Amino acid sequence: MIPAMPAQVATDHVFAALADPTRRAIFEHLARDGEQNVRALTARAGVSQPAVSKHLGILKHARLVRDRREGRKTHYSAQPQALKPMLDWMGMYAAFWHDRFDHLESLLKRMDQ
Amino acid sequence: MTEPAASRALVIEREMPHPPEKIWRALTQGPLIEEWLMKNDFQPVVGHHFSFRSTPVPGWNGVIDSEVLVIEPNSRLSYSWGTMGTTTLVTWTLTPTKSGTHVRMEQSGFRSEEDAAYKGAKYGWTKFIGNMERIAGGLD
Repeated sequence: MIPAMPAQVATDHVFAALADPTRRAIFEHLARDGEQNVRALTARAGVSQPAVSKHLGILKHARLVRDRREGRKTHYSAQPQALKPMLDWMGMYAAFWHDRFDHLESLLKRMDQ
Repeated sequence: MTEPAASRALVIEREMPHPPEKIWRALTQGPLIEEWLMKNDFQPVVGHHFSFRSTPVPGWNGVIDSEVLVIEPNSRLSYSWGTMGTTTLVTWTLTPTKSGTHVRMEQSGFRSEEDAAYKGAKYGWTKFIGNMERIAGGLD
């Protein structure tokens, strides 16, 4: 959520994936109720099956969901550990402020008394 | 992830070989703040609403909404720090030492319950994060 912080890329993907309320709902549903296929998810999501598949692709890219093929069906499950970088806001802010402190000290060196 | 919200604070402290007056300028003059922190329209006036602006990234507009809460020249500065549906409090404390200044930054109030209820309704984020914390509760 703050540029130039460690673990930023993974966090960006997670935030981007979860910025959409439909994707949040799909992810929350999977996290709460366990593995589902696209058809079951579509019945709950209130959008078309291709739209659900597209959302799942984005969630998968962010490593928030994993897929498992079984015959002609694909089952999706939540990977809540992918949320860790996002939930660890204090850790992110610690890295952020240490970096800013460095910038502050460098500015102070350049400033007149 | 399960500690009471009120106890959650981040503290960073450093000794700096500069007088408090000089550090105070870096902390409270907009163009100087921009050099080490972010673009801003800060004014050293209690009650002044302002924002820090950073480069937007997907899922975050880069804006931090703030209000000046405490101004004690050369010693204490406090402002709110609101972004992504969560408001925290940032407090700077400057203490003169023999060789310069002890600089202490405390950011507190991470995810308080009342904030979650208020901002969550506005952004739809905090409730989600609360739910996810419960689901991800087993993660270290």
